[in-house]
Amino acid sequence: MSAQLLQFLFAGLTAGAIYALVALGFSIIYNSSQVINFAQGEFVMIGGMATVSLLHLGLPLPLAALAAVAVTTLVALALDKLAVERAHGASIVTLIIITIGASILLRGLASLVWDKNIHALPAFSGDKPIALGGATLLPQSLWVLGVSLAVLAALWWFFNRTLYGKAMLATSHNRLAAQLAGISVRRVLLVSFGLSGALGALAGILIAPITFTAWDVGVMLGLKGFAAAILGGLGSGPGAVLGGLLLGLTEALAAGYVSSAYKDVIAFVIILAVLVLMPGGLLGRRAAERV
Amino acid sequence: MLARLGAARGGGLLALALAVALLPLALVNQYLYDVAILVGLNAIVCVGLNLLIGYAGQISLGHAGFFALGGYGSAILCVRYGWPPLSALPASIASVTLLAFLVGRPILRLKGHYLAMATLGLGVIITVVLATEDRFTGGPDGMSVPPLALFGHALRGERVWYWMVGALLLACVWFALNLVESPRGRALRALHGSEVAAEMIGIDSARHKLVVFVLSAGLAAAAGALTAHYSGFITPSQGSFLRSIELVTMVVFGGMASTFGAVVGAAVLTTLPQLLTPLKDYEMVVFGAVMMFTMIFMPRGIVPTLAGLFRPKARP
Amino acid sequence: MSLLRAEGLCKEFGGVHAVQALEFDIQPGAVFSIIGPNGAGKTTLLNLITGIYRPSAGRIWLEEHELTGLAPHRFAAAGIARTFQNLQIFFNMSVLENVMAGRYLHERCGLAAAMLRLPRLARAERACRAEALELLSLVGLERYAGDASEGMPYGALKRLEIARALAARPRLLLLDEPAAGLNPTETQEIDRLIQQLAARGVTVVLVEHNMRLVMGVSDRVLVLDYGRKLAEGDAASVRRDPRVIEAYLGAEVRDA
Repeated sequence: MSAQLLQFLFAGLTAGAIYALVALGFSIIYNSSQVINFAQGEFVMIGGMATVSLLHLGLPLPLAALAAVAVTTLVALALDKLAVERAHGASIVTLIIITIGASILLRGLASLVWDKNIHALPAFSGDKPIALGGATLLPQSLWVLGVSLAVLAALWWFFNRTLYGKAMLATSHNRLAAQLAGISVRRVLLVSFGLSGALGALAGILIAPITFTAWDVGVMLGLKGFAAAILGGLGSGPGAVLGGLLLGLTEALAAGYVSSAYKDVIAFVIILAVLVLMPGGLLGRRAAERV
Repeated sequence: MLARLGAARGGGLLALALAVALLPLALVNQYLYDVAILVGLNAIVCVGLNLLIGYAGQISLGHAGFFALGGYGSAILCVRYGWPPLSALPASIASVTLLAFLVGRPILRLKGHYLAMATLGLGVIITVVLATEDRFTGGPDGMSVPPLALFGHALRGERVWYWMVGALLLACVWFALNLVESPRGRALRALHGSEVAAEMIGIDSARHKLVVFVLSAGLAAAAGALTAHYSGFITPSQGSFLRSIELVTMVVFGGMASTFGAVVGAAVLTTLPQLLTPLKDYEMVVFGAVMMFTMIFMPRGIVPTLAGLFRPKARP
Repeated sequence: MSLLRAEGLCKEFGGVHAVQALEFDIQPGAVFSIIGPNGAGKTTLLNLITGIYRPSAGRIWLEEHELTGLAPHRFAAAGIARTFQNLQIFFNMSVLENVMAGRYLHERCGLAAAMLRLPRLARAERACRAEALELLSLVGLERYAGDASEGMPYGALKRLEIARALAARPRLLLLDEPAAGLNPTETQEIDRLIQQLAARGVTVVLVEHNMRLVMGVSDRVLVLDYGRKLAEGDAASVRRDPRVIEAYLGAEVRDA
């Protein structure tokens, strides 16, 4: 395998892991409520920016990161409690617009609380590149991949092995039945938002040392996360991961072999092609409508 | 019931016509005229988008792409190929309409969030191409656009444009209202209500969706081309994802399945940022907050909620 | 000549044979019922003969036109209309508008004509409205014409679907469990309605669980079990058929 290809693969997997985390955030909330949370990208942004602030206040990196995740989770919970829950009963489109409003609000707050400059986080374990098979890998990339893997394992365990996780899955399959079984759908939605907030924040913190962070990084990351979630099949956890990785790899390969300017175009063309051929995404449920 | 509907429609059209006719009294300077014209142009896009979202029940998160393409098409034909603006404009609109037709067929087979993603992707593709092919488009900084000229006279000046856009908006609203109340409009609403039942009464859902998609894309392209000639320049950000979201928000905000709602939504969400500029850094925060509050307390949008307040209660 | 004919009809869903090797022949003007236990494939069959599902194998004809594999709106254009087991009312429209929508096939309207609001459109609309009101009185819903369809009682909505289906002036009307969820009085109304339709010359295909309704109103009955034809014949002989009794009539025989 050529060193160049390997390089692109590393870059692609790293970005892909981040997209996967963001995509999971979308899927988890979608599963609980059919809503697409357009503020998901802002969770990513808050995670990174909050860590930067807390670092400046003197906290050690691990503590700053943890606190940032907590802050973002609180923001996510607030979004659910104060906005989404209040609008309970509104149509899906209305709820989506509310999350769009929230994303604008959060971006605005970010530009006030912080500023409009680009900030960097120090790499977790230094930035001396590691040579591997002729290509170079940033240690931060290993962190990204490692932590993502750990998070995925934790999520898998949560949704498949704990009672609460299974309750959440049940809600996504049949809300009414879940309610009748005594599951509080409201609580499930709250937990979903909290989880998505934490996932987003984690993604933001992991990637900030590589791609920097700023008040508006959420827009593109949210967009790509959404694209990844759809590509893999909305509502499917494995789909979100697959979609994220594929998107990251496609982008890296396109940027490397074709043109950096057109990497997004190529990625989206491929997504469009996949959707036209598989209207429910790669791993999406192909449920036939019962009439 | 028909009489009531007719009165609502006639009343609404009259109110809009009066608003257009009387607004200049309040427009005391060039800046206000500018805002009014932008409102009108946005409203034209929203009327078309509302047909797609509110009536046909589809979604497009890439309509700003058609808007930008309309503008760039006309600009490129004028600047790079020397076409007169009066022929470049319709040619550009026709080309974008054709593109929408070609792309629409495969895309409209998708539903819900998948359709949203496909249209979003389309918008991003358009924007990136526009920003990258700088030989034609001037790159990320955009390009300048010559003014529209009628019989050798350049159409400049806010007043001329105001009346032109006002008249066009009224025409679009009239066409849209007619369409909605016609059997075709009923077919669209049926499609939205239940696609399978609509098919079973003979409605070719694919074709109807495509027609509305193409129509709304054409309107967006027209508004885009007009905006380009009016403001004298165009940039790729006119087609951005954020812009597309803005347009959808205007439609939902004003009230889906309401043509007047689309106009109101465009008016509110175009002027609001302008009103908030004194707040400078707080502009985004207030704007986002206003959006959230309005949708929480008026979930069906402004016009349907207000109309509901005035309508007599239905029989129990 | 038969009105609706199917040969070797099969539908598979990933290994599950919902319908297998089905053949039938429906005569014009008849009331033809399809019965069978839950899961026998009745609704699948209905979806196949309205184009909603594409058959895995087999062919369908309406008179001499072959309809196999066409989109549902082409089946509708050929003269088939239906109601749905899970109501598919246009809840975004009023009761009257639902029925008016049903007339789509008879009011072709070009895009330009619609946008320009040509005068002939107004005349066509008035005629459409009048016919829709007439259909609403046929099913007993004329009082609710201007009301929103959302919030109407279930029984009324079932009748609304029938009115909407009739608005298309179909040659073949498929009713998917029209009596499901209705009380005995409402069921009697459906019974009366079906007989009125048959008298008008509309061919009716009925999918039903309610045996009293089926036996009272049908000319011919087709019994499905596990996607296959178990028996076919007039109501009386099907009722007595031991295979049918064994498959599912069971206790009904003692009561009826």
